[in-house]
Amino acid sequence: MTERCTGAEIFVKSLSREGVETIFGYPGGTVLPIYDKLYDSDFEHILPHHEQGGIHAADGYARSTGKTGVVIATSGPGATNLVTGLATAYMDSVPLVAFTGQVPSHMLGTDAFQEADITGISMPITKHNYLVQKTENLARIIKEAFHIAGSGRPGPILVDIPKDIMMQEVEFAYPDRVELRGYKPNYRGHPLQIKKAAKKINQSRKPVFYAGGGVIISGASSELRQLAEKAQIPVTTTLTGLGAFDERSKLSLGMLGMHGSTEANMAISHADLIIAVGCRFDDRVTGKLDEFAQEAEIIHIDIDPAEVGKRVSIEIPIVGDVKGILTELNKKVTEKSSNGWGTQIQGWKDMDRRQYRETGKNGRLSPGPIIEEIDSLTDGDAFIVTEVGQHQMWAAQFFNYNRPRQFITSGGLGTMGYGFPASLGVQVGNKDDLVFLLAGDGSFQMNIQELATAAKNNLPVKIVILNNQYLGMVRQWQEMFLDKRYSSTCLRRRADCPPHCSEPDEDCPEMIPDFVKVAEAYGIKAEKITKPEDVKPALERALAEPGPYLLDCLIEAEENVFPMVPPGGSLYEMILEEESE
Amino acid sequence: MKHTVAVQVANESGVLARIASLFSRRGFNIESLSVGQTEKEDVSRITLVVCGSQKVLEQLEKQLNKLIVVYKVSNITNDPAVSRSMAFIKVRADYATRSEIIQIVDVFRGEIVDVANDSVMVEITGDEGKINAMEELLEPYGIIELVRTGKIAMTRGKK
Repeated sequence: MTERCTGAEIFVKSLSREGVETIFGYPGGTVLPIYDKLYDSDFEHILPHHEQGGIHAADGYARSTGKTGVVIATSGPGATNLVTGLATAYMDSVPLVAFTGQVPSHMLGTDAFQEADITGISMPITKHNYLVQKTENLARIIKEAFHIAGSGRPGPILVDIPKDIMMQEVEFAYPDRVELRGYKPNYRGHPLQIKKAAKKINQSRKPVFYAGGGVIISGASSELRQLAEKAQIPVTTTLTGLGAFDERSKLSLGMLGMHGSTEANMAISHADLIIAVGCRFDDRVTGKLDEFAQEAEIIHIDIDPAEVGKRVSIEIPIVGDVKGILTELNKKVTEKSSNGWGTQIQGWKDMDRRQYRETGKNGRLSPGPIIEEIDSLTDGDAFIVTEVGQHQMWAAQFFNYNRPRQFITSGGLGTMGYGFPASLGVQVGNKDDLVFLLAGDGSFQMNIQELATAAKNNLPVKIVILNNQYLGMVRQWQEMFLDKRYSSTCLRRRADCPPHCSEPDEDCPEMIPDFVKVAEAYGIKAEKITKPEDVKPALERALAEPGPYLLDCLIEAEENVFPMVPPGGSLYEMILEEESE
Repeated sequence: MKHTVAVQVANESGVLARIASLFSRRGFNIESLSVGQTEKEDVSRITLVVCGSQKVLEQLEKQLNKLIVVYKVSNITNDPAVSRSMAFIKVRADYATRSEIIQIVDVFRGEIVDVANDSVMVEITGDEGKINAMEELLEPYGIIELVRTGKIAMTRGKK
């Protein structure tokens, strides 16, 4: 059955057909026809205060719900403001469809007002993109976009729609299936490879699971748990894999890699078999590649064949959907009881030295206890969203993640400014759940304008800023590897400060801005805390507040993240703690 | 090591840009590339000659396969195949040397496609070695201009 519709009407109808409920979007000249139709539609439309905020929010929505996020921006600057968000989603395999307006077809290539070649720009940071050339193609392209975004290894798709395409009227019928000759993801793992893998697992004496974000995307957490428990295999996860395995389990080793736990990095270094699941051997995970897991054979399970063998040679590759493959393995792997390997791992657990202090120097706040307090006050049940930097690593280390999609962070791209808008997207997608944003004083300012979005939509995100008045992670590297030359990392620094300064003190200028005042300007309740005994009551006040709440926690300025595998170092050569004080 | 890769792609705008973008981003080194329509109107075929180790080639094939516009990637380096490229060579030729040049071109089964007062244009088709040899032999007369296509290749028999 067909009917005559304009491109803009087709857009709205097609999105309904895809089951879209929520759109994050910012209007502009070339998307006017679409916005005119959205005015009467049933979608929940969230207006961010910068397109970058919009796409990160759609990303947080997608990661936390598993649904495909939708974002709209206008042509030119609207479209280019999506670039960081597309790259962020691409790196972490997040299903997004971004729609951009474009100048009318006949003006393409003329440097028209607000024209930018966004399909050209976004080519290397999208799974696929489209420039719609005929209104007749729009429905098919939207159908394909959602299909590609959410299937196989998910990723962002951009659809660029010239304004005249939105206005032209054509016959409309939404296609009920897609036919893409060049896109057929392989879901089923090769049975022979699965058999070989099961045999290896049964023979191994010191196996370790290395689980990445793919386990969460595939919805394979319970299959992973079953297999780990059945064969008593300890599990370490990547940053984006946190929550794929319940960290309260005895078999959990926490996170591995540059700021991973002692037990995770030591287990990887001493294992005889690594079962890598839904992960991609990122450089922050492997450390020095030549010395990564030297004693182990590796089974790599992933849906993207290009990740298998990309950085590390693999003994048994299995390409396919993690969930299905783990289910098959479960049938073939024999039960084992706890053994010497478990005892050896317990030894490393006992010496774990995540830098944990009750208080910082001069009685200042320490990040560990704040994060643990959030864990305990929320019964470990809140969504934890982070920005990027030291606070992100502390959030990864000190909270015990116990369910998939609980921890939302920009892993691959490491996008400062991601967390706050993403936390709003998480809250939009999970209205009844508790959402905490852990932010640094640097990254929070990269999309601070979204305080307006939180306030206007009454999104009750609890914002906790771990404020050390530094770009802390960069400062840590300067302290450790660049002789404490704090080049451009002190956020208290003013134009009249001396050119070199490694020891800020009480006489230094106040940091700009005062986050409490900023929040209040947006009508958001806020307070600053400085003493350890204030942490719990302040968090309780935040939880009691029905709306958003900002807690500015002034923490020890020069606290570092440990353990740390120095850049280019091997996983077993961790720096465990501060040399001497 | 050099590899020959045949890639079937959608015949639509922007496809070459996607492939070029992939190569530059991932640092693949392309020696030659030729593209044209196949027997099917909606399919184009790209023949690539790439330099790199087996591992590099494996990544290239996998990354190409990830592009939605790519239908099929075949490494035909070790398959029995016919491969050709073509060149035009404009070479200095006067009354004295013209016939010598024509003789050389004849031996190579090339063709003279244009004759001017002081030059001739030679068309030559063959594998890389043959074209190189032709170029070497014409060099002493003075090559004014040379243009070469990328290689195209097709496997023999049914495949």
